[in-house]
Amino acid sequence: MEKPKLIKENGLRHDGRRPNELRPIRMSVGILNKASGSALVEYGETKVLAAVHGPREIPQRHLLLPDRAVIRCRYHMLSFSTHERKSPVPTRREIELSKVIREALEPVVISETFPRTAIDVFIEIINADGGTRTAAVTAASLALADAGIPMKDLVVGVAVGKVDGVLVLDIDEEEDMFGEADMPVAIAPSLGIVTLLQLNGVLTREEFSEALRLALAGANLIYEKAREALRDRYMKVRVEE
Amino acid sequence: MSHTPSLGIITPKLKASTIVSMLKKGIRSSGRGLMDYRQVEIASGYVRNADGSALVRLGNTVVVAGVKLEIGSPYPDTPNEGALVVNAEFMPTASPTFEPGPPDENAIELARIIDRSLRELKVIDMSKLAIIPGKRVWVVYIDIYVLDHDGNLVDASSIATLGALMNTSLPRVEVDETGNIKVDRSTRLSPLPINNKVVTVTVAKADNVLFVDPDLDEESVAETKLIIAVSDDRRIAGLQKSGIGGLTESEIMQAIDIALKTGSSIIETVTSKIASS
Amino acid sequence: MELQEARRTLVVPGEAFAEGEYKILTPSYVIRLDKRYVATVVGLAQVNDEAKEISIIPLEGCYIPQPEDVVVGYVVDVGLTSWELDIRAPFTATLYAVDFLGRPVNPAKEDLNNYLTIGDTILAKVEVFDRNRGPIVTTKGKGLGKVVRGTVIEISPVKVARVIGRKGSMHQILEGETGCEVIVARNGRILANCPNRELEDILIMAIIKIDREAHIPGLTDRVKEFIIREKVKRGLIGGETKTD
Repeated sequence: MEKPKLIKENGLRHDGRRPNELRPIRMSVGILNKASGSALVEYGETKVLAAVHGPREIPQRHLLLPDRAVIRCRYHMLSFSTHERKSPVPTRREIELSKVIREALEPVVISETFPRTAIDVFIEIINADGGTRTAAVTAASLALADAGIPMKDLVVGVAVGKVDGVLVLDIDEEEDMFGEADMPVAIAPSLGIVTLLQLNGVLTREEFSEALRLALAGANLIYEKAREALRDRYMKVRVEE
Repeated sequence: MSHTPSLGIITPKLKASTIVSMLKKGIRSSGRGLMDYRQVEIASGYVRNADGSALVRLGNTVVVAGVKLEIGSPYPDTPNEGALVVNAEFMPTASPTFEPGPPDENAIELARIIDRSLRELKVIDMSKLAIIPGKRVWVVYIDIYVLDHDGNLVDASSIATLGALMNTSLPRVEVDETGNIKVDRSTRLSPLPINNKVVTVTVAKADNVLFVDPDLDEESVAETKLIIAVSDDRRIAGLQKSGIGGLTESEIMQAIDIALKTGSSIIETVTSKIASS
Repeated sequence: MELQEARRTLVVPGEAFAEGEYKILTPSYVIRLDKRYVATVVGLAQVNDEAKEISIIPLEGCYIPQPEDVVVGYVVDVGLTSWELDIRAPFTATLYAVDFLGRPVNPAKEDLNNYLTIGDTILAKVEVFDRNRGPIVTTKGKGLGKVVRGTVIEISPVKVARVIGRKGSMHQILEGETGCEVIVARNGRILANCPNRELEDILIMAIIKIDREAHIPGLTDRVKEFIIREKVKRGLIGGETKTD
């Protein structure tokens, strides 16, 4: 496939966004019946479902920790979520992302509240159009909050990319595939910490510094939406007459 | 499914608090300063039957990396280029906590960090690895084995990988009229074409102190690590926050500056050690 | 109604809702970052500026056992000398046979399935729980033991306080207006014995309403009006009763 032009003459991106513009973002919380907590998060056409079960006892007792809950996390793509069918066998990519997503959530979950239990986070990528791991972090933290698990903060994520030499916020699949760099970032804004940071690509120090700023600004916007989504779950409940 | 790791070898609290309080004073049990990298020893060509290899000792951490070149099909999107496959295994020799079996998430993460740093920076000149363009190309298999674990496995593996690649040479191949390829490993034509060099530099954080190249004891007290791939022209060729915990923006920028400085000096060391071996 | 003197706001994890010096009444749900008090759960934050106290009533979450809590459990496993009960907590609870039967048992001669078996419903009280071992429950006490009739309604465990109401006000309305006997267990399971099916339906609907609208003020009055209106609708009482 020929590399398309990702930044047009007018400075806009292939889908008409400005470089620092997010895709339309939608979030809904508490959408599953049986899970302790759940959330559906969409960044443009990227669609991610997260469900939390627990804290609970698990058959794999050797995994349990005496002083805190174990967080278990699975990032999983549905086979038809990508352009080419993804084999249902877990890929190395999915195994790595399960780890980095778990490590993005661990700093905020107050797992000491539930020793010798497991908190299970299941992330299903329903449709992949770039930024799935960062949307997954956002969905997972909303699902954890919906499960009532004490957390120091919500964690939200967004990916920054470099396409046609320009740093852009919230890259989609096409920008990821043909761009020069992809940098997923997740932050806990109230704590002021970055809890997920990866870079796939080559950047100078100056570019990196600017990319990080761009990601933080974008993530802060997503954070506000995440808070709203949690509140909406209650604000929308009106007194039945 | 990824889960919060079990404690493994428990570091006694007394020891942990000593390590942390020393780090806060800017010193380390090994006598190193916070920004001192451990001594790197590299034995280039350590494995005769590999097409390229290196054994690296980073302090007491030992890693061997080997390259095997095999003839294979190119990726459909790059028909005239060679291919790269990176794999890592944590051997049971390295630690009582390592079990035999397929690579776990830590080994997979390590391999993928190194894979990305090589791929993104185009370390290997893949365009020179086509044998029959569009049909047959060299596939560069890099296998990394961690033999002894005293912390910072990613950097040790990355140095071993760079050493192995710099030690790799292309065997002579003959292609007959029917397209059959004969490999003659006894005759080496040229070194593997290398565009750039890259190593990772791991910066750890414990109790808000940043320090480079953690050993195993230090890793046990570190909240998190930032692994930074650094190119010979001082660019950032990959990043990975690894481990529970987070970093502030200013800590990240500090870590980047530490890595850019340290990384280029490691690349120089490795290059000169290989040249003199 | 409840706690008129306190400011109440809906908060989410990470949200700072007070600053200064306060006593935290619900330490699991509030952390202090410098001078700010930050919520750790979705809930209603209450800031009492006179008493200098803050607390959060969570709107989500599992049941965390406390000694003396009355709970409704279901038998999920039968052991040699004890039963395991699901009490909606992160851990199953243990009920010892010696406690339930009031005498020692000889596992070689007796099968505990003869007394309680999987799926049975038990009303019990938490005796011991320290988060490191699973909770132990007892059936010694008035009204405790195997439940043989009635219905169980499940609500979010964090909303139990609302079904009871201040000084039992909501509980009184539910029982008084429906004629049902209502036992509100702390783990969000409500045991009800009603005079008839219609009143049971009304009770269930009222409890669902409490669960849904727990965070909206004026709940007690609304539930009372709701029950009366439903009774009128079903012809259980005359239409002349004030409904609005």
